[in-house]
Amino acid sequence: MTFSQQELAEPDLSKSEPDLSDETGGRRIVRRGSWKFWVGIAICALFAIIAALGPLLAPNPNQTNSDGLQAPSLQHLLGTTNIGQDVLTQVIAGTTGSVIIGVVAGALTVVLSMIFGVGGAFLGGKWDEASSLLSNVFLVIPGLPLLIIVTDYVQSRDILVIAVVISLVSWAGAARVLRAQTLSVRSRDYVDAARVASESTWRIMLREILPNLMPIIASQFVFGALGAILAEAGLSFLGLGAPGGRSWGSILFFAQNAQAISLGAWWWFVPPGLCIAVLGAALGLINFSIDEQINPRLRTLAVLRPKAKRGGK
Amino acid sequence: MSQPLLSINNLTVQYQVATPVTAVNDVSLYIDPGEIYGLAGESGCGKSTLAYAVTRLLQPPAAITGGSIEWTASDDSRIDILRLDGETLRTFRWEEIAMVFQGAMNALNPVHTIGSQIADVFKDHGTRMTRAERTARAAELLRTVGIDDKRLKSYPHELSGGMRQRVMIAMALALRPRLIVMDEPTTALDVVVQRNILEEINRLRGEFGFAVLFITHDLGLLLEISDRIGIMLTGRLVEQGTPHALQNSPQHDYTQHLLNSFPSLRGDLPLTGTRYVAGGSR
Amino acid sequence: MTTLEALHLRKDYRVRGSGWRAARLQAVDDVSIIVRPGETVALVGESGSGKSTIAKMLVRLVDATSGTVTLDGETIGQGRRATKRYRSRVQMVFQDPFSSLNPALTIRHQLTRPLRIHGIVHSAAEEERELLRLMESVNLSPAKTILAKYPHELSGGQRQRVAIARALAPRPEVLIADEPVSMLDVSIRLEILQLLNDLKLERNLAVLYITHDLATARHFSSQIVVMRSGRVVERGPSDAVILNPVHPYTQFLVRAAPDPKSAPWIVDPNRHLGHPEVVVSTENLELTEENTSVHWVRSWDDDAAVNTMLASLASAQTS
Repeated sequence: MTFSQQELAEPDLSKSEPDLSDETGGRRIVRRGSWKFWVGIAICALFAIIAALGPLLAPNPNQTNSDGLQAPSLQHLLGTTNIGQDVLTQVIAGTTGSVIIGVVAGALTVVLSMIFGVGGAFLGGKWDEASSLLSNVFLVIPGLPLLIIVTDYVQSRDILVIAVVISLVSWAGAARVLRAQTLSVRSRDYVDAARVASESTWRIMLREILPNLMPIIASQFVFGALGAILAEAGLSFLGLGAPGGRSWGSILFFAQNAQAISLGAWWWFVPPGLCIAVLGAALGLINFSIDEQINPRLRTLAVLRPKAKRGGK
Repeated sequence: MSQPLLSINNLTVQYQVATPVTAVNDVSLYIDPGEIYGLAGESGCGKSTLAYAVTRLLQPPAAITGGSIEWTASDDSRIDILRLDGETLRTFRWEEIAMVFQGAMNALNPVHTIGSQIADVFKDHGTRMTRAERTARAAELLRTVGIDDKRLKSYPHELSGGMRQRVMIAMALALRPRLIVMDEPTTALDVVVQRNILEEINRLRGEFGFAVLFITHDLGLLLEISDRIGIMLTGRLVEQGTPHALQNSPQHDYTQHLLNSFPSLRGDLPLTGTRYVAGGSR
Repeated sequence: MTTLEALHLRKDYRVRGSGWRAARLQAVDDVSIIVRPGETVALVGESGSGKSTIAKMLVRLVDATSGTVTLDGETIGQGRRATKRYRSRVQMVFQDPFSSLNPALTIRHQLTRPLRIHGIVHSAAEEERELLRLMESVNLSPAKTILAKYPHELSGGQRQRVAIARALAPRPEVLIADEPVSMLDVSIRLEILQLLNDLKLERNLAVLYITHDLATARHFSSQIVVMRSGRVVERGPSDAVILNPVHPYTQFLVRAAPDPKSAPWIVDPNRHLGHPEVVVSTENLELTEENTSVHWVRSWDDDAAVNTMLASLASAQTS
């Protein structure tokens, strides 16, 4: 066990000089480090634009031609697949699929977790116990196997159905987080003050509690979207994706099936893999920066002049 | 007794953020051996920053930008506190200066008994003691601060806030420091418990002869316990003096204002309506 | 105007004890308080004495286990509408102005809501006029500028003034102030208390001032009720309670409070023998870990009488 006075001192430093965050530019410290946010947003926006324009840029991704397994060239910027499909077109079409899945699953995760997390915690009593029980049950169900079973079971494996299934198995974690935060916000004085002012329950929920949950809801959305994109890629890679649908995962699946790696056709599997990694990283960056805003402990204070202490050495 | 134990000369501490904030501005004060020096001021006046500077616990972006802090060692040699680093600083911190902070009682590790936590102070500071000796010393320290040594085996959550704060004081006393810096050590406690701890500190000071730098916003309290008092306002030490002098002939308007802020319990209500405006900043 | 009468208030909490049995914690045990118009009653006690629970019961944030609260002798029902009507007459100022104002809403919004909810204003012009009146009554100026701000842009004292204005918005007759200054800087505490005092006189409010600070309780109220562990240990006119405390616990409080300008109070554990109205039961002064330690006796040894009393209490407990 180590027990240093440093540890004793630290919890107090924030409290001992509360004025620092007032007037004097303390507020600007908070905004620092948000480059993560903007980089993340920029990358996501880029992918969103590609996804939106996907049908125009790549109207017919399955079109084949005679040149199978061509390395990148001017004609096919990212080469072709074994049956002569243009990889770039495929990746663009896949972007549309993956982004739709991310957005739909993320949104659905938020909706479900708000119903069971925020709703339960706000109403309290039996509601809270019931919704906690439900989210706990969903939390311990192993996600991937359930996903495999459900996707195997549903008749129409549409891309939207996949998104719904993914969010069904993954909302519980978000619900737990939101529940905890709602309980904390609900017990704050200004909520009591609103009750003393005789505000209606709905208004308290919408005006007093929800705004203070927004950062967490946003972060859960981002987290849900990220998880869904990865999960879908995994499912598709295992061949359980939407058969007609296009996503980065399904490109990887076909590449794997055609033994692209042993054939050395890197242009076939690197671009979709990279897309997954880059979008994942961008969503992660957004999440980190939201986290930093919520949790002051993660904020790194900017030191303008890290000048050595006088007489330091 | 000719040399002060601690002397702070023209100390300046800045928070080096976008627009640097000078939290401690050109402060000079000294503390004699065995003396209780009270430092009073309101939140944000820099009194805690000063405590962190003296104990060299300042974290970036806070940095000492001017002045010196000197210490008189037991052999009368002078030590520049700002030059200490590494192992010497660590040793110095517990063995010469110890600290008790406001929230300190919550810093006890919940999964270890208080006995083992006190004993660890000896272990961490390389004192050559057997396990049994350490436990014996821990028990002795607990008794010193007025806690039954049966409590050695207690976990922090089994103790009340006042008792935990006393455990912290016991830990601060462990290596017989010559100065204890106390930053709002009793603010979170009830008045009766606070009075208890203060009398305890005073008694222990008589026994061990350490000096205390006592920091609080409660001037009324300082007037009762201190030998000398310093008043801080926006980073500056605006007035120093004995409790008697401050109370009877305060020199600075702000001191007068602070004195008026504490109505006497059994005396009359001071005249109100005197509002101190510091350079129009508030 | 209105007299608030809270009689025999009791609040039990069920706490999870060991095993299957839920233990009961009596947070408030048979406390009665009467506050008359134009009068401030101070409810004094340490943390955990149940004084905040009383505040919450009086504004119906917490349901009392038993007891009655009447306004001018009138009992007000429990329904949603009745509660709203009740709260238009009884309002509360919270302890911490840093957390009692919603950080996401402007001051204007937070003051307008109670005006609208309680039907104080019916038109935009009226609303504006009322807002400015409220700001003026709590000495906040320039009113227009401050109304447009968010809580974090105000100092602690300004925030508490806003909180007071919000409590005054429904034009209440009873004001519960739960430690209204304990989170503020010492130098502005008296100003805020003075403001509450002025408002009390101006609007003939009945004010319940809840605090742990004996000195301000004495100077800003006419009656003091001292609580400990959920019960009232002593009550009476402020000067009498502070200058001549009878109950040993009150004497301890008076003795412990810093008061550099006066000679320390000498605790006399037998004072209550001459005052039959103050009941001292050993149960009431139950000895906690805190004060049974060896230490307690030692640190108070300047008061020989305390030793005698503690010894007698200890023997009463063991027998």
